[in-house]
Amino acid sequence: MKNKLLLLFLFAFFIFCFFIFYKSVNTDSSYKPNENLEKKINNFIAEDFFSGDKIESQELFKNNKFYIVNIWAAWCRPCREEHPKLMELSKNQNVQLIGINYRDNKKKAKQFIEDYGNPFSLILYDKKGTVAIELGAYGIPETFIINKDKKIVKKYLGALTDQNLKEIYSTLK
Amino acid sequence: MKKLICYLLIFFLSNNSLSYSIENERNSKNEISKNIRCLICQGQSIYDSQSDFAISMKIVIEKKIIEGLTEDEIYDYLKNQYGQWILYDPELNKKTFILWILPILLFLLGGAIIVKKILIKKI
Repeated sequence: MKNKLLLLFLFAFFIFCFFIFYKSVNTDSSYKPNENLEKKINNFIAEDFFSGDKIESQELFKNNKFYIVNIWAAWCRPCREEHPKLMELSKNQNVQLIGINYRDNKKKAKQFIEDYGNPFSLILYDKKGTVAIELGAYGIPETFIINKDKKIVKKYLGALTDQNLKEIYSTLK
Repeated sequence: MKKLICYLLIFFLSNNSLSYSIENERNSKNEISKNIRCLICQGQSIYDSQSDFAISMKIVIEKKIIEGLTEDEIYDYLKNQYGQWILYDPELNKKTFILWILPILLFLLGGAIIVKKILIKKI
């Protein structure tokens, strides 16, 4: 009787281990960030791309409007693809666009802006990539929607799509 | 002469304490970095990785240490930014309790079996 119980227990344990192993093999273990969040922006100090002046994050988002923060670089190919969409967004009066130039060569970044246009009311130069980390970014391009309460309400990973643009317009209404 | 010795003593002591605090900062930065997952690399901590993300993250951790944040506060900050996934050492919660409890249960069970066998042999 005792042996049967032990065997049953071992069998159940084996099934349990197999189930956990099977589940872990079929689960994608790569990082999936939460795209719909309500997170306050951390305080950080950044550098103005053109003047080199230091700017505090509290000063950045002081107007009572929506902000779109886009992380970009001249070396990033998807950033080129999404740039026309940012240019389109910049025409909207309800929103202010802030660009974060991520770990880039300033000369090349300036050339990028000259070639494709500047949709941003302000560009921050993030030479070491720390401002992007303070925002919770992990790749580029990445776009954050910040509401009037200074909270990040949505983030888009990768180049913005037409569908993303529709969503952004409906958020801004 | 006495003054000179005094100055030299102060100089060496302050220099020593400065290098000690730099060493401390470096050690805690390394310790924290080893427990932070590099989100864009497969199975690597940011300590081991040389990706842009890992390099930036190490700079941020160093900054936070200089600002006076404790190790736990830095972990909390990163967890708030990127979620629990960023930590290699998961905390005990609803999702991870099996991970923590199962080894203890198995240990106790194994111990009980051994003790029982010894007792039976003695009888």
